[in-house]
Amino acid sequence: MSAMANSYPQAPANWALPDRGKVAMAGLIIAESAIFTIFVVAYLFYVGKSLTGPSPREVLETPIFYTICLLSSSLTVHLAAKSLARDRVGAFLGLWVLTIVLGGAFMYGTAQEWHRLIYEHGLTISTNLFGTTYYSLVGLHAFHVTAGLLMLSMVAIFALVGRVGVQHSRRVEVLSMYWHFVDAVWVVVFTVVYVVGR
Amino acid sequence: MSSNAITVPGVQIDEKPWVDTLHEWVTTVDHKRLGVLYILYALLFLVIAGVEALIIRIQLMFPHNHFVSPEVFNRLFTLHGTTMVFFMGMPILFGFANYLVPLMIGARDMAFPRLNAFSFWLSALGGFLLYFSLVGANGLYGAGNAPDVGWWAYAPLTARAFSPGHSTDYWTLALLVSGFGSIGTAINIIATILCMRCPGMKLNRMPLLAWLNLVMAGMVLIAVSPLTAAQAMLLIDRYLGGHFFDTQAGGSAVLWMHFFWIFGHPEVYILIIPCFAFMSEIIPVFSRKPIFGYPVMVAATLCIGFVSMSVWAHHMFSVGMNSYANSFFTITTMAVGVPTGIKIFNWLGTMWGGRIQFKVPMLFCIAFLFQFLIAGLTGVMLGSAAFASQLTLSYFVVAHFHYTLVGGVVFAVFAAICYWYPKITGRMLNETLGKLHFWLFLIGFHLTFDLMHFPGLLGMPRRIYTYEPGRGWNTLNLLISIGGFIQAIAILLFVANLIISYFKGAKAGNDPWDAWTLEWATSSPPPAYNFASIPVVASRRPLWDLKHPEDPDSRYE
Repeated sequence: MSAMANSYPQAPANWALPDRGKVAMAGLIIAESAIFTIFVVAYLFYVGKSLTGPSPREVLETPIFYTICLLSSSLTVHLAAKSLARDRVGAFLGLWVLTIVLGGAFMYGTAQEWHRLIYEHGLTISTNLFGTTYYSLVGLHAFHVTAGLLMLSMVAIFALVGRVGVQHSRRVEVLSMYWHFVDAVWVVVFTVVYVVGR
Repeated sequence: MSSNAITVPGVQIDEKPWVDTLHEWVTTVDHKRLGVLYILYALLFLVIAGVEALIIRIQLMFPHNHFVSPEVFNRLFTLHGTTMVFFMGMPILFGFANYLVPLMIGARDMAFPRLNAFSFWLSALGGFLLYFSLVGANGLYGAGNAPDVGWWAYAPLTARAFSPGHSTDYWTLALLVSGFGSIGTAINIIATILCMRCPGMKLNRMPLLAWLNLVMAGMVLIAVSPLTAAQAMLLIDRYLGGHFFDTQAGGSAVLWMHFFWIFGHPEVYILIIPCFAFMSEIIPVFSRKPIFGYPVMVAATLCIGFVSMSVWAHHMFSVGMNSYANSFFTITTMAVGVPTGIKIFNWLGTMWGGRIQFKVPMLFCIAFLFQFLIAGLTGVMLGSAAFASQLTLSYFVVAHFHYTLVGGVVFAVFAAICYWYPKITGRMLNETLGKLHFWLFLIGFHLTFDLMHFPGLLGMPRRIYTYEPGRGWNTLNLLISIGGFIQAIAILLFVANLIISYFKGAKAGNDPWDAWTLEWATSSPPPAYNFASIPVVASRRPLWDLKHPEDPDSRYE
């Protein structure tokens, strides 16, 4: 073995490979995209096929404010990651917490909408096909936002006790990739549910 | 897996108690141990699902046979199909990917060792859940039950009204859980191949096994996720009163078929592409020639990966799609045969003019080439919508896909086990037992699956638990069953060979086949750290360069 090791050729001068965290997150995003695609296809396939009411036109209201909250959180998480890469931990923490607040606001909006649909319009997941597909698709997205918020909060807690520094910037960037994905999916869900589906 | 690469003189190492060894294996994050766990786990399920197949064949041996009841027969073919695809096929191929990819690209482990262990135990839990339905499906006080909806579980069979109890739920959960495991492993394989290669191992110098597993892992991400989504929908239907596949409330049973086959067809390529990878590593070594047409092999694999994503509805020609859809899926199905054909010609080109050594792994490879070709030809026949409408749901289809999965995947897996067994255990397999195993299995395989085409052509439908005498199926079915038992005997010989050779086999040394890829540069079995110093490569055959410094491959690249 050692005799062999000595006869290995010279290592190439610049040997750089992609970051494994980012590659893995890209893989996860591809897999998640496939899952969302199937739910979106089911939603579109069943638009207008419900045998009973209520229909989306009657009950859905476009959540413009909360959409703006979620989409702008993509900007804040990006700026937060950039700040950490430049070793500005204070700015990072501020922007990171702002991201959590914006994501939390979005979840509040979803909760409010579901409360209204269930208690005022009597629409549940078993009412009709619209209910089944709506709660599944929006719920799947909300589940991903929740998972993202939990991970963001963990980083925030570590940052508050001063355990996050510039050396963690690559990991934080991986998490920010996930958050961008969650936001991008919302653009699709929003278009399908609140624009096309009505 | 104690290392014999470094021995410290004067230090006596005591034999560890077996509890410690067990603990080490259960908590391991080493890619080689996890690979071995995957393979052993898959072999266990191969035996379980094989016994199920034998019971099915005993039942069909004679007309009006009463060996098992119709209900049990339904459960048997459901368990057999589900087990073979999800708990034998995928794990054994993931096991080899786990074991070989880091060694072949000169890495010390996978990119995420703990994710690797997590994925394995998820898959293991999936298999456990499927078989737990035998005791838990009706609650512990009830008699056992098992899923009986078929491996594709068409709606509305899976609705609460037609599948009471929890057997279908265990089936759903088993696939959901093992699906998460598969996605985790796929992400790990991709990250390992892209980010952990040793210096000089450019993408165009990677062993084909790494390339093909990269494509396979990419397909897992895109193809297994739809199954996960569909299973989630099925759970919503069964537990929350949803209507996705509930035709009474406007839902669609055909949508489930689409979702299932969007997973189901790429899945067979997920199973066969790693087998192509074994062929591409084993055939050159025993032909004493480098692989013919390396770049074309990579291109053909990528091509199969893309095209196979758009062929799924050839499983659904008889459900009443419109003629445009039928034409589209016929054309794409025919098209996927082209890159596959290119591969077969490349392997033949590798063998052509080589000094072929007919060792056991090579015998399995040659049989693979013939059988996979025939399986591909019946696949092209069934890919034609007009022909498929005649023979769909007949034994011709059963014969076709068993020809690909047994004649293809199982033969390739045997080739791989015989080829890498010396690396994994440090011992050679017994060549005589191996040849006996090969010829018995070959005879049994052809007796069963060549003949199985004919009852199909004569109109015997699949999934029937018995049949009338006097339709010309009797003798054929008897011979098919006898072939099944010959295969079972061959597998027993194989298992015996694995066990006997582990204790009594000749010492293998680092490189028993005089091969060219990096896994043969380290000791057998490899130490936990794989390589004492990270290798550097300058060509596609790093070991050739080491053994032939006067004429290295790197001079020609």
